[in-house]
Amino acid sequence: MNIGMKNDISMKVKNQNSIVDRFLRRLQENWRSIVIIIPFVWLLMFFLFPFFIVAKISLAEIKIASPPFTSMVEWADGGIMTIRIVFDNFLYIINDSLYINTYLNSVKIASTATVISLLLGYPIAYGIVRSGPIAKPILLFMVILPFWTSFLLRVYAWMGLLADQGTINSLLIALGFINEPIQMLYSEFAVYIGIVYTYLPFMILPLYANMEKLDSSLNEAAADLGSKPTNTFFKVTLPLTMPGVIAGSLLVFIPASGEYVIPDLLGGGNVQMIGRVLFNEFSRNTDWPVASAVAIAMLFLLVFPIIIFQHYQGKAAEGN
Amino acid sequence: MEDELILDSAISQSGKKEKPFVQIRGLTKKFGAITAVDNINLDISQGELFCLLGGSGCGKSTLLRMLAGFEFPEAGTISIDGIDMSQVPAYERPTNMMFQSYALFPHMNVGENIAFGLQQDKIPKAEITDRVNDILKLVELEGYIKRRPQQLSGGQRQRVALARALVKKPKLLLLDEPLAALDKKLRKQTQFELANIQEQVGVTFIVVTHDQEEAMTLSSRMAVMDMGKFKQIGTPTEIYEFPESRFVADFIGSANIFEGKVISSKGGKLTVSTDVGEVFASNGRSITEGEKIWLGLRPEKIYLSKAKPKNIGPNQIKGIVEEIGYLGETSIYKIRLKNGQIIDVSAPNQSRPMSRVREITWEDMVYLNWEPESVMLLTS
Repeated sequence: MNIGMKNDISMKVKNQNSIVDRFLRRLQENWRSIVIIIPFVWLLMFFLFPFFIVAKISLAEIKIASPPFTSMVEWADGGIMTIRIVFDNFLYIINDSLYINTYLNSVKIASTATVISLLLGYPIAYGIVRSGPIAKPILLFMVILPFWTSFLLRVYAWMGLLADQGTINSLLIALGFINEPIQMLYSEFAVYIGIVYTYLPFMILPLYANMEKLDSSLNEAAADLGSKPTNTFFKVTLPLTMPGVIAGSLLVFIPASGEYVIPDLLGGGNVQMIGRVLFNEFSRNTDWPVASAVAIAMLFLLVFPIIIFQHYQGKAAEGN
Repeated sequence: MEDELILDSAISQSGKKEKPFVQIRGLTKKFGAITAVDNINLDISQGELFCLLGGSGCGKSTLLRMLAGFEFPEAGTISIDGIDMSQVPAYERPTNMMFQSYALFPHMNVGENIAFGLQQDKIPKAEITDRVNDILKLVELEGYIKRRPQQLSGGQRQRVALARALVKKPKLLLLDEPLAALDKKLRKQTQFELANIQEQVGVTFIVVTHDQEEAMTLSSRMAVMDMGKFKQIGTPTEIYEFPESRFVADFIGSANIFEGKVISSKGGKLTVSTDVGEVFASNGRSITEGEKIWLGLRPEKIYLSKAKPKNIGPNQIKGIVEEIGYLGETSIYKIRLKNGQIIDVSAPNQSRPMSRVREITWEDMVYLNWEPESVMLLTS
């Protein structure tokens, strides 16, 4: 009997060992999935979950309480559960032309700013790629340098530059070009300056990364086959840098369309953008359900078309 | 000396002297302090397959890029078919280039890649289609017209690159290491294909290569380049059998080199005194008596025997077998001479040894002899 017990214990130890072994082996086999799980969990917790909260609020009604909206699920007497889903908020923003106009204005400003950034950023990125081994890191550093100062501070700096009594107007008056200050601050012009200035690095960096990979012998091959430089640009360089163009444009367009600080500080009340409307609904009107509906509607109107576009872009790239 | 050479070959090529198809005069290119191409003269006749052979950094690629118009020289002229190219940009030159990396456009399929050059010349669509199909037939890639370069093998890409460069019917086709990216077996096969295609289309080819075997098989004439200068220009046979310098003798194939002094020189027959004794050379060239000279001897030009040969030629030496490299078809013997110099001898293994033991083995005393005609005279 003694001997039997001994055997039992040693069996158990063996079993435990094999469990640990098996676990480690599993870990080794599945380390890829484990590594991928971390960003997934992150996105789940800090993007998807809050998104559902916002979606839930957008389907509620305003209520003077804390939090200021009705809850979706209510328990009536006798344990009967009622679910209240209200689409009024969405109907409200569709029927009120303010929201639609603001959406359109946001898209217009964001897309114009994206095009300006692209026109400025493309030659800059191209220049950096073509620059020498000493100049290249310096130029790249200069692109990133503005990030070392607070974004808000830089926008305030632009207010100082653009104001009626600001640096630019004072300088122009002192030089005798103008007598009266030009109104620059609190205009669409100022908003464009702010957005392009702020988001230009987001255009340059993906373009740079894309162009850096481009084989310069392709340009030579095109020239060798009789193509003039401009034709080579449109037939070879531009199509091959399209992934960079798309990535940079999305990185500028998406945040620019939801921008709040720049239109608020540089545009004043004159430039309506969706970020400002959202903020006003949320904090001044304390209408969380409408604010949430605005946010959700924006997501559907802007982000989903982009996701679908990228999906097909990816498919086209695979086809290559 | 170079000028003399060029004139010689121009005459021998065409029978009479005329303005050559490609004429390069005094061409110089510097990159900072480095002179990549140093005052080069070269004439190439129409229809030639000319190889520029040299190690990396010898300036051969720079020369090719100047012909294509990607680099512009500091001094000198290039003319193609009698037209000065100094001010002509790459996109207006009658040359096409096949790049070492092939430089196929990844966003275009095979057909679009080949048609690209023709579209630049505003050629009608129907003609473009015909010419693309014809050239695909020539390089045996029919049915691949819709493929992307990424979907092709290395050998197929190489042929697309060739087709794209050839389809415009250039006056001059420039090939930068055309076979370097292929594996050895495919390279050998493609060498002959390339030479065949050149013969079929009749376009003048200039090929840059670092591979001497490639240069030898492909070219009708070749130039050996070093430090931006031509060391020698000639047919593969001339370069291999009649090198003029130790550099060329050693760069193309291998050579045993003896330093010596000319004792007598009569009617192209020389007697040279060297470390290993007197060597007789009969090369057709006369050299002033008393002059310092180097003698080159190819390993395969030396006869090796264990027994004392019956017909004793003028050049004979004894040595001891130091090492044997058995390559199957031939064996390389390293023979130590009396003065300690080790020379290479290669001998074909023409008969199978009866007893699985080689006739000549390590530490054997062997006799070496060679014809006076086999001795190469190297003046520098």
